[in-house]
Amino acid sequence: MNEIINKLSFYMEHSFVRYALIVGVLIALCSSLLGVTLVLKRFSFIGDGLSHTAFGAMAVASVLNLTNDMLFVLPATVICAVLLLRTGNNTKIKGDAAIAMISVGSLAIGYLLMNLFSTSANLSGDVCSTLFGSASILTLTKAEVWLCIILSIIVVLAFLFFYNKIFAVTFDENFAKASGTKAGLYNLLIAIIIAVIIVLAMNLVGSLLISALIIFPALSAMRIFRSFKSVTICSALLSVSCALLGILISIIYSTPVGSTIVAVDIGAFALFSVIGIIVQKTGN
Amino acid sequence: MPQLECRNLSLGYDSKVIVSNLNFSINKGDYLCIVGENGSGKTTLMKTLLNLHSPISGNIITGDGLKSNEIGYLPQQTIVQKDFPASVKEIVLSGCQGRCGLRPFYKREEKNIARENMKRMGIDNLSSRCYRELSGGQQQRVLLARALCATRKLLLLDEPVSGLDPKATSEMYDIIEELNSQDKITIIMISHDISAAVKYASHILHIGDEIFFGTKKDYLKSNPGGQFTSNERRNEK
Ligand SMILES: Nc1ncnc2c1ncn2[C@@H]1O[C@H](COP(=O)(O)OP(=O)(O)OP(=O)(O)O)[C@@H](O)[C@H]1O
Ligand SMILES: [Mg+2]
Repeated sequence: MNEIINKLSFYMEHSFVRYALIVGVLIALCSSLLGVTLVLKRFSFIGDGLSHTAFGAMAVASVLNLTNDMLFVLPATVICAVLLLRTGNNTKIKGDAAIAMISVGSLAIGYLLMNLFSTSANLSGDVCSTLFGSASILTLTKAEVWLCIILSIIVVLAFLFFYNKIFAVTFDENFAKASGTKAGLYNLLIAIIIAVIIVLAMNLVGSLLISALIIFPALSAMRIFRSFKSVTICSALLSVSCALLGILISIIYSTPVGSTIVAVDIGAFALFSVIGIIVQKTGN
Repeated sequence: MPQLECRNLSLGYDSKVIVSNLNFSINKGDYLCIVGENGSGKTTLMKTLLNLHSPISGNIITGDGLKSNEIGYLPQQTIVQKDFPASVKEIVLSGCQGRCGLRPFYKREEKNIARENMKRMGIDNLSSRCYRELSGGQQQRVLLARALCATRKLLLLDEPVSGLDPKATSEMYDIIEELNSQDKITIIMISHDISAAVKYASHILHIGDEIFFGTKKDYLKSNPGGQFTSNERRNEK
């Protein structure tokens, strides 16, 4: 035990570890906030879809040799998010099918472009790290950390500010519209926030594992809690603690960051499911 | 000026017309009952009036300063996700959302309105229960309380008493009556309960092969009205 603490305090002295912790916690917090809404709107897979879009956009950006690919990736992902959540409403192509189409499509195009034009020697390594998250969270620059902090603050504030409206629109969109809430506007807002979160989270867990970060805390909280507020608070706390734990474990045992966080999330889900069953049994 | 007026309205889905040439108008303080057989297009009409569905042709004109955030609505069916975590209190309070505009949080006044309406519907003891764990009738009351929270000028109800027990049903009719006569709230109600419709409504809109719109008195004399109500009487015997 002592050894672990020593090792930790040794690592803590390095700024890159502190950066990783800050960024990890913030991303976990943001993604869990909207997770509840996404799960309930049956958009669990939007994380996947959008992150693949972001992957495709990144490929395009690197082919175009853009120096700051954020500037291209973020808008592209936002546009896709808006398109996807719109199709969810007027259902000519069902939400899940549209997400699958866009996600697989941009993955394929992205990989194709990288293959055709990439200048990097280690192509499969590059692809792998974009998909599963890389050590890149450990190589964050100060600027990236600040960007992440600012975007996270915006996301959290927007969520708090529109919390009641997001609830109304998620629970019953028709009623919200009928009684004068601008449901379309708030759906758009949700889409944009999600896109921002996903672009942020790609650094942490990579594009394949983002859905886990969004869904698991919400699902775990829903095992035990029964009101929207309690589920939201619980999933935020849970997500943050899982991310912290995951990052620490991955530092100590030098496991991949993204998959470790997701593994901790899965563990928490199992734990909460068991507690949920016990609570149900004793409650009745 | 009428609060709501329909001119040559045709309703339907994907250009398939279900009802055509609807003409009627509703004034402040009216109590309109919409009757007709299953599938005749009552719910579709209500959704069209609420702008949730677009008409195939014709116009809906609102007047008398009616704004969309002054309208309460009770849907016929609310498809709520099976695992949606939401407490009764949260749902009823969300009925006040239209009053908020851009303001992020509910005022104390709005919380009081929610509490009042929960009391009215006799669900104040359920306020922290989870919606999806309630019985059908209890859920209906929750949605009614939410609709009442949103109502300031106009209340649209799609079969409000389905699933309620006889006592709750007559209480429901009393509440609606009270809103109508005391608070001068305009009521548009879809109902299969023709005797209640005839008892409480001031106007009746009958949708079907033959469309009728007029006051209750004229309806009883009219062709569809006579048939529909006499059927009902026969059934009751
Ligand atoms: N989403 C839809 N798409 C296509 N057709 C629809 C849709 N919803 C309803 N319809 C059709 O429109 C017609 C009118 O339906 P509506 O729900 O308005 O009937 P209603 O008068 O409310 O009946 P009920 O008394 O059973 O509630 C029906 O024939 C129905 O099949
Ligand atoms: Mg109907």
